[in-house]
Amino acid sequence: MSTHQGDIYDRTGSRLNAFRAWIDARFPLTKMFNEHAGEYYAPKNFNFWYYFGSLALLVLVLQIVTGIFLTMNYKPSANDAFASVEYIMRDVDWGWLIRYMHSTGASMFFIVVYLHMFRGLMYGSYKYPRELLWIFGMFIYLCLMAEAFFGYLLPWGNMSYWGAQVITSLFGAIPYVGNALLEWIRGDYYISDVTLNRFFALHVVALPLALVFLVVAHILALHEVGSNNPDGIEIKKLKGADGHPVDGIQFHPFYTVKDLVGVVVFLMVFAGIIFFAPTMGGYFLEHANFDPADRLQTPEHIAPVWYFTPFYAILRAVPNKLMGVALMGLAVVSFFFLPWLDRGKVKSIRYRGWLYKFFLFEFAISFVALGFLGMQPATPAYTKAAQIFSVLYFAFFILMPWYTSADKTKPVPERVTYHAH
Amino acid sequence: MPIKNKALRALAFLTVFACSATFAAEGHFEHANNDVSNVASLQRGARNFVNYCYGCHSAKYVRYSRLAQGLGLTETQLMENLMFTGVRPSDTMQNAISADDAKRWFGRQPPDLSLVSRSRGPDYIYSFLKSFYLDPSRPTGVNNTVLPGAAMPHVLWELQGVQKAVYEGETDAQKNMVKKFKGFELVTQGKMSPEEYDQFVRDTVNFLDYIGEPMQLERQSLGYYVLGYLLVFLLFAYLLKKEYWKKVK
Repeated sequence: MSTHQGDIYDRTGSRLNAFRAWIDARFPLTKMFNEHAGEYYAPKNFNFWYYFGSLALLVLVLQIVTGIFLTMNYKPSANDAFASVEYIMRDVDWGWLIRYMHSTGASMFFIVVYLHMFRGLMYGSYKYPRELLWIFGMFIYLCLMAEAFFGYLLPWGNMSYWGAQVITSLFGAIPYVGNALLEWIRGDYYISDVTLNRFFALHVVALPLALVFLVVAHILALHEVGSNNPDGIEIKKLKGADGHPVDGIQFHPFYTVKDLVGVVVFLMVFAGIIFFAPTMGGYFLEHANFDPADRLQTPEHIAPVWYFTPFYAILRAVPNKLMGVALMGLAVVSFFFLPWLDRGKVKSIRYRGWLYKFFLFEFAISFVALGFLGMQPATPAYTKAAQIFSVLYFAFFILMPWYTSADKTKPVPERVTYHAH
Repeated sequence: MPIKNKALRALAFLTVFACSATFAAEGHFEHANNDVSNVASLQRGARNFVNYCYGCHSAKYVRYSRLAQGLGLTETQLMENLMFTGVRPSDTMQNAISADDAKRWFGRQPPDLSLVSRSRGPDYIYSFLKSFYLDPSRPTGVNNTVLPGAAMPHVLWELQGVQKAVYEGETDAQKNMVKKFKGFELVTQGKMSPEEYDQFVRDTVNFLDYIGEPMQLERQSLGYYVLGYLLVFLLFAYLLKKEYWKKVK
């Protein structure tokens, strides 16, 4: 036994390496590290848009960690929830910081995820061979929406209450089973203590588990097929003598140090909000949510938090309720079909024609415009505008098979565009 | 027409309240111009709150001992100036009137004021406390332009005096006479001059702003350190990245 250990010491020359060898003989630590970082070759031409994947992972971790600490003092009951949040804000040491990190984190999660998704649209990251990677990503997005929705009820403010009341009521629009489904979801005839308790369970156990599982699947799929890049070129097609892609660099250390810069810049924005504008003027934490939930008094103007408002605007734009709910669902689900709607020969917007550029641009504009309109009161003029932008939103998906195949594309180069600094 | 579906009812609520929100948004409030870093003003505000508001309104999330800390008061000062109901410093500011009495006297329970500055904003409270006017049709004898039909009597009338609302006659597009609110006119002088009253209200609002988020000053001052640290970190992170990426051709 002692001779064997001595051999390792001689071979590696350090205790740390010996420890690693001990682990590697029993668990594929070094192998996994190399597969996913040390010898994972990523294209060297990543630009600004490629920070948001690692940032989304960072926010997920922050949300889980701050969530654990919030759970230690939060009480999921209709009588105590609101007061326990105020207790966290006032009497728990650093409770306010943890709470603001969590509430700001929710909004930041959507910001980075929306930018991450837009990156996918620009560079065709959903196209072959990354269809499943994209679908895992879309499931992450769905889970994230559910997670945010359940979490929003927990402070038990009046906007929490009425937001949940309105959104759950949408299920009532489904024919035949609607009302039964509604009662099943709420566990009561209206949003009550029962609903709060189950939303808490879903928010802190079920969905985080699903999210973590899906994120692992998303990353495994990514590392299997390799990362796309702003040129939409498969770097694996051109390998050097060493067997590694000539346009690829090891994720660690190159992208770990680069993403670190992104992380610090992100944290500066994050800290700026937490410390100087934690409510973001009522967009991240709504004013009406500082009134406790009151079943008899609605807030003056019920609207979901900003990250749901594009879909909410589509819902309100349709006069028929069932159709509205259906279209709102379709607005989210449409993303799943992108890999098959896109008939384009090239991936990246850099080599696509003006048709794709035009449709992506009008889509981005309508998404932002719908987001704005979803926060506004539904006046006739706003409703009209929401209808127009809804049509533009869906035009991006419906017309995609046509404009991607009719588009005049440019030839894609052999090598990625990269200028050494 | 009865609305059968709960979902439809919720949507109907939405429409109604979306409309009322536009009206609310039109009302402009006077700026409170309060400053939560002004400890003297906060102390005066605490005194005003305890003397004039606390009889009916609670601030049930505010703990006396923490309040004293934030306002720079010793325990003796706290006990002598702000605590009258035989409670302990570790207690929160619950109020003395029972819910049943409150409903009998005012028609509804006076709201807890711990978070009123966060749900309504300091400008709203400042304007509200300055906008009581004579209205004999109301059981309290006064009404309020900021919150028409307010259940609250003009508790501060002795200080402000009594004012009436002055309207101008105007004809609208349909050639109907409508009253347009012009301003207030003092009918009876109060104990305070208008400037003194403004300051009184401003101190009170300042206190309410403070208790809405007692850690707000600490939050901001900590923010500068955190951003400063991150800025230094950014420099090193950037240099590290540059060093590694020299190898990438």
